[in-house]
Formats: sequence, C-alpha cells, structure tokens
Amino acid sequence: MPDLKKLPDAEQQIMALAESLRPVFERAPETVLIGVFTGGVWIAERISQLLPSHPPVGSVDISFYRDDFSERGLSPNVQPTTVPLDIAGKPVILVDDVLYTGRTTRAALNELFDYGRPSTVQLAVLADRGGRQLPIAADFCAWRVSLPENANLVLTRTPVDDPKGQLTWSLDDA
Amino acid sequence: MLDPQLDADGNLIHLLSTEGLSKEQLTRLLDTGASFIGVSDRDMKKVPLLRGKSVFNLFFENSTRTRTTFEIAAKRLSADVINLNMSTSSTAKGETLLDTVDNLCAMHADMFVVRHESSGAPHLIVDHLRRTGRNDIHVINAGDGRHSHPTQGLLDMYTIRHYKGDFEGLNVALIGDILHSRVARSDIHALKTLGAASIRVVGPQTLIPTDIEALGVEVHRDLESGLKDCDVVIALRLQRERMTGALLPSATEFHGLYGLTHERLKAAKPDAIVMHPGPMNRGVEIDSAVADSPRAVILPQVTFGIAMRMAVMSVLAGGGA
Repeated sequence: MPDLKKLPDAEQQIMALAESLRPVFERAPETVLIGVFTGGVWIAERISQLLPSHPPVGSVDISFYRDDFSERGLSPNVQPTTVPLDIAGKPVILVDDVLYTGRTTRAALNELFDYGRPSTVQLAVLADRGGRQLPIAADFCAWRVSLPENANLVLTRTPVDDPKGQLTWSLDDA
Repeated sequence: MLDPQLDADGNLIHLLSTEGLSKEQLTRLLDTGASFIGVSDRDMKKVPLLRGKSVFNLFFENSTRTRTTFEIAAKRLSADVINLNMSTSSTAKGETLLDTVDNLCAMHADMFVVRHESSGAPHLIVDHLRRTGRNDIHVINAGDGRHSHPTQGLLDMYTIRHYKGDFEGLNVALIGDILHSRVARSDIHALKTLGAASIRVVGPQTLIPTDIEALGVEVHRDLESGLKDCDVVIALRLQRERMTGALLPSATEFHGLYGLTHERLKAAKPDAIVMHPGPMNRGVEIDSAVADSPRAVILPQVTFGIAMRMAVMSVLAGGGA
C-alpha cells in the first residue's frame, strides 16, 4: 500500500474537481449534476455551490439496482432517489466519491435511464482507486491512487447532517 | 421453538404473522416500505430487484384488492407474476394443497403469496417446504382464516406512522367485527410490539373473542368510551359472509350502535385519523360522510400497501430482516 498516513485534503480535491467541470457548464448550461448516495451527493452539492451557475443537483440510491442483491439483500437504509427535473435530452454529470469496481456506476446508469434518456452521461469522481471489474472510466477525477483489495477508502462528513460539514478521507483495512 | 418465519440465523424468510416479529424487524420493514414509495410515483414504475423471479399468487379465497396489490407490487419489482384462482382450478378437482405446492415448485416458483379460508394454511406450506429442503422458496401470508393478515397489519402500521410520526403515546381503537378479523389480530400484535399506549377493541359482545384481553387490549362495549381521546380509529368490515349464527340482529342496528359518524368521532382527538382495511360497507360500519372526509386515510392505505408489499417481498428474497 502506498504511504497514505497523510491522506489528501478532500475539500481541496472538490475545488479542483469543480474547476475541471467549470468549462462543461459554460459550454452546456443545462447540464445536471446527479450524485450517488451518500458521498457522491455531498460532493455534487458542494460542486454546485462552487460553480457560478449553481446547477441543479439530483441524487440516486442504487440499492434497487445492485447486481449483488441476491447475495447481499437490501441495504437497510435505502435513501429516496430524487432526480430534480426531466433529464431526457440533457447532459448529466454523475458524481461519486470513490470509483472502484465500476459496479456502482453501472447500477447508477441503469437507474438514471429509468428516469429518462440523457443526451450524454459523464462520470466525475473524487478518487479513482483502481480495481475495475467493468469497462468504466472516470471523465473527471481529482485523485488517482492504487489501493490493494483489502483497503477501505471512505469519505466522511462531520457533522454528517450538515451540508457545510467538513469532508475528510479515511483509510483502513477491510 | 423456532419461529417458522425465521431461518436458523433468525432472519425473516417467510411472512406468516406480525406476531413474533421484533420491534427492529417491524421498523426495518416499515423503513424499507418508505424507500419504495417513490418508485410508484415515477414514470418508470419498476425497479429490477426481483427480475427473473416467479411469484405465484395462490388465492383459495377471493380478494380483488389484496391480490391486485400483491400483483402490482411484484410487477414493480420486475418479478413474473402468475395468478392462480384456486377456487376454479385443480383444487376443485380434488388436488391437495401440498400437491399443488409441489407442482408449482416443479415449475420453479420463487415465492408464494397465499390467501386461504383456513387458519394455518400458509404455515402448512412453510412446514412442507422446510421438510422437503426447499429453503429458497418464500411464503407470504395474504390472509388465513381468522388468524392473520400480516401485510395488512404492516400497511396499517405504515399509515399510522406516516400520519402520527411515532407509536409512543398513541391511543388506537379497532371498531366492530373483531371476532372474524385477522386484520385486527395483525394490527394488535404489531401495535403492541411498536409500543402504542393503549389499544382498544370496541364492539358487541358477540363480535369480540372472549380471550382477547390476553393480547393486552382494553375491551369496550360502548363506542363513545372506546373512542375517547383516540389518535387512530380503525373501522373493520362486518364480515357477514363468515357469520354462521345469530351474532347480530341486523346491519342497521349495528350501524346505530357502532357505525362511525362525525358526531360519534367527536369523542376522539380532533386530529384522529380514520382507517378501514376495505372493502367498506358504507352505512354499516362507517358513514359515507366519514369515509369521504379528509380525516379518512383509507385510500392512502391502499397506496402504502403496494410499497409495503414490495418491501416484504424484497426483504424476504434478499435474505431477510
């Protein structure tokens, strides 16, 4: 495992990610941000505040679309999916905290298409930790890091209920 | 003794009764129901959770609403639904219940939704599946005799929680034909576990089971005393088709004594909600003016019932609560 005793500052990474997304919203102001529960929603809300146009933010909870439902069952805390407006024909930026196997992104795409047919979907993540099991790649990424399988990279918000709460990374052995 | 609803690890794999479910299990089911509410509001009213699963609706007793809402729930989870009207099928030709079940298992059923006029019929199926080692097939009781109707109990709890927030401190009255009501039993068990302050059953002596106090309820013969300070009033259908003896002089007399009217509901709290499991007999257990008033939440009960049945099916199929 790389030396990650000092993990990068998630808040700074979000600012960098927002900066890299700025041209997208200048080019196509109708673009919608959709965060994947839970971390992706926090990041999408923060990015929307950082961009001058404050684009609308939606959220998807992929619990009903997981590919491991028959092995793992339903998550006890399914959150409501809220797609804020008609996404049909609009460009969508899907936002997640960590890109790992790609299975969450696959599930999120399936769910998104049940709400309409976006003109394009791009993926923005705070961290790409490698380990892909599906042909999925991030279009925007603030931090690329190669982590072993047993590592658990988690984004937390303190306090968790505060939209302005501090976002930090933690890493432990799963 | 092992609760037949649970597997060896204590997970809920069948739903036979609200009796025996823990507060945590009930709450988990209600929370899961809440997450399914939004699915029915979408243009695309479907999620892929039970894709490829076969759900068999085995209705030995007629019920349009319950069968339809189970069918809708299963379809919104992307399952394939097969409706069997047992009163016109091989049962009528003499096939036993368990032979029917074995035949449907041979067709690779994943879930049975069972309504039967005999109490215990779904238990019999669960015992049979366990004995024959088919632990991956789930059974949901959709109403058995006078015993239990757990998904109705759950959707009633969902409705109460939706309008009242919590069960602590709530006074709940069940009015009318308690004797024949599996809904009443399911509600009482769930309300006890969830911590309602007082549960009253109100009706004529002939329609209240003699041992009902053992369930921890107050018995009231008088409607006004039963309704006093109630937060939730549940009217039950007068099940005249199940009445074999002279339990009741007439529906008109019943209405005169126990029918819910606005006037009588003044004894309850001003913000009390009125529920009914349907189908309702207007002018018998409930006045039309009450049934159509804003305090009646009878149609929301139906809507919540679909989400709760989706929740039950996915929790069972996904390894339990």
